Amino acid sequence: MIKVEGLTKRYGRTVAVNDISFEVEKGQVVGFLGPNGAGKTTTMRVLTCFLPPTAGTASVAGYDVLEQPLEVKRRIGYLPETPPLYPEMEVAEYLTFVGRLKGVPRSDIARRVDEVEGLCAIGDMRDKLISKLSKGYRQRVGLAQAIIHNPDVLILDEPTAGLDPKQIIETRELIKDLAKAGAHTIILSTHILPEVEQTCERVIIINKGQVVATDTVENLTHRLRGSESVAIEVESRDGKLDSAAAQRRLEQVAGVSRVVLKQSTDERAAFEVESLQKAAIRGDLARAVVESGWNLNELRSLSLSLEEIFLELTGPPPMPSEASK
Amino acid sequence: MKNIWLIYRKELRSYFTSPIAYVIMTLYAVIFGIFFYSAVKYFQQISMQAQMMGRSFPMNINEMIIRPVLMNTCVIGLFLIPMICMRLFAEEKRSGTIELLMTSPVRDIEIILGKWLAAVALYAITLALSAVNFTFLFTYGKPDWKPILIGYLGLMLQGCALLAIGTFFSTLTRNQIIAGVSSFCVFLCLWILGWFTEFDSTPVTKVLGYLSVVTHLEPFTKGLLDVKEVVYFLSAIFLGLFLTARSMESLRWRA
Repeated sequence: MIKVEGLTKRYGRTVAVNDISFEVEKGQVVGFLGPNGAGKTTTMRVLTCFLPPTAGTASVAGYDVLEQPLEVKRRIGYLPETPPLYPEMEVAEYLTFVGRLKGVPRSDIARRVDEVEGLCAIGDMRDKLISKLSKGYRQRVGLAQAIIHNPDVLILDEPTAGLDPKQIIETRELIKDLAKAGAHTIILSTHILPEVEQTCERVIIINKGQVVATDTVENLTHRLRGSESVAIEVESRDGKLDSAAAQRRLEQVAGVSRVVLKQSTDERAAFEVESLQKAAIRGDLARAVVESGWNLNELRSLSLSLEEIFLELTGPPPMPSEASK
Repeated sequence: MKNIWLIYRKELRSYFTSPIAYVIMTLYAVIFGIFFYSAVKYFQQISMQAQMMGRSFPMNINEMIIRPVLMNTCVIGLFLIPMICMRLFAEEKRSGTIELLMTSPVRDIEIILGKWLAAVALYAITLALSAVNFTFLFTYGKPDWKPILIGYLGLMLQGCALLAIGTFFSTLTRNQIIAGVSSFCVFLCLWILGWFTEFDSTPVTKVLGYLSVVTHLEPFTKGLLDVKEVVYFLSAIFLGLFLTARSMESLRWRA
């Protein structure tokens, strides 16, 4: 559905996007992930024919963005970072204007406006001036604007930025609903990682204008995580716990490579236990603790979060010592 | 065609939902009224004098009132036209809505024509308001209406040309004030270029004088419809819109 090959975009001397290539299949939801200034918005602007690429090609539904921009634009719904709203218009009036502009026929426009108002839950705001709307409602009107002509491809630039937690959840649900219908191919950019984990099937991680990884969320987690780590908390029954003894006991469990004491008080201690490659250790750990006469307060698998993957891929963490100098 | 109409309607509506249209129309009507009043007052004075001196030749209303008022009117246009068109693109660029227009399946030229026509419509409405003053001349005298019509045609053509140039300046910046001031300065230059011909008549000053808007408006106020002048304004309109289209195209490559 979307095909990007060797795309490069320069602004004067600065290279915003450097030779990136990727493909998105029909019906997929893809997360575009990267720190601020990584080139996400630029890539999206090229795909929506707002900016021409400096080099390389991009095509949507088989139409090249440079050769047949009108065909591409007809098939794309785009929500820029700041929703493109006219403050002096009313919501329904605005949606009608955008719908007609995007090619919704006159006979269908009233029905379409009603539909997207229902989808985005802005029906009770339809006669309000856009300038009077709160940030959350503006974002939703922006989303309604993007889907009004029922586009094949939906490009959303940080759709949840600046919303409150409830609105973020609602927006994510809405995106998931749109994805479930299967008719839309969705690309959304964000720098919030859980968002990608929750809404996207595939992730494209981009940093400094280059694609550093592209895969499904699970595959990325697997690829970077060879061993399993487990958080465990042990408590004594009689109120006195020798944490060193507990640590020694845990280290003796088969398959354990490393035990780190995280926190300890007189009666309880928390450890982080790492396994050898592909060893299942949780059952043995539990048995070892209980058989030694301690209580097992907590046993939890620590999965490598997308945050860690992300940091690992986008470069080394900043050196605290340099900052303090 | 449909897209031009859509954008035209949207722009015209936003003129009238914001105070811009009303402020421009009011100011125009007030200043025009002052010009008209002083012209009528002057006319009245010299006809009294003529009568007292025993000369009773019929005074020409067209010559004495309508022509000077129409000439002065073009000066009001000079000041007010930048205010009409400075927002057309600058505002969209500032608020980011230009991204909506430019990612919609609409040709650049449709956006430009829609916006320019809306500005032209507002200017035409404003101009029409001023015509109310002239109706008084018909109640008390017998002016010839054809020169008035031609005079208005001239003002309209001049307005369209300046609006096209102003639209171009609006695409250059995201700041409305810069767009307004720079188009105002250019209009002012186009106006005073005509002064050069009064000092001497070298080929250079002749060319400069030819570029002046006022030189070309003058025949219209006399009631003369000359193809040469019409062509001047039409080519100015074309140049303005052409530059706007080029500038919008470069917007994509620069932005």
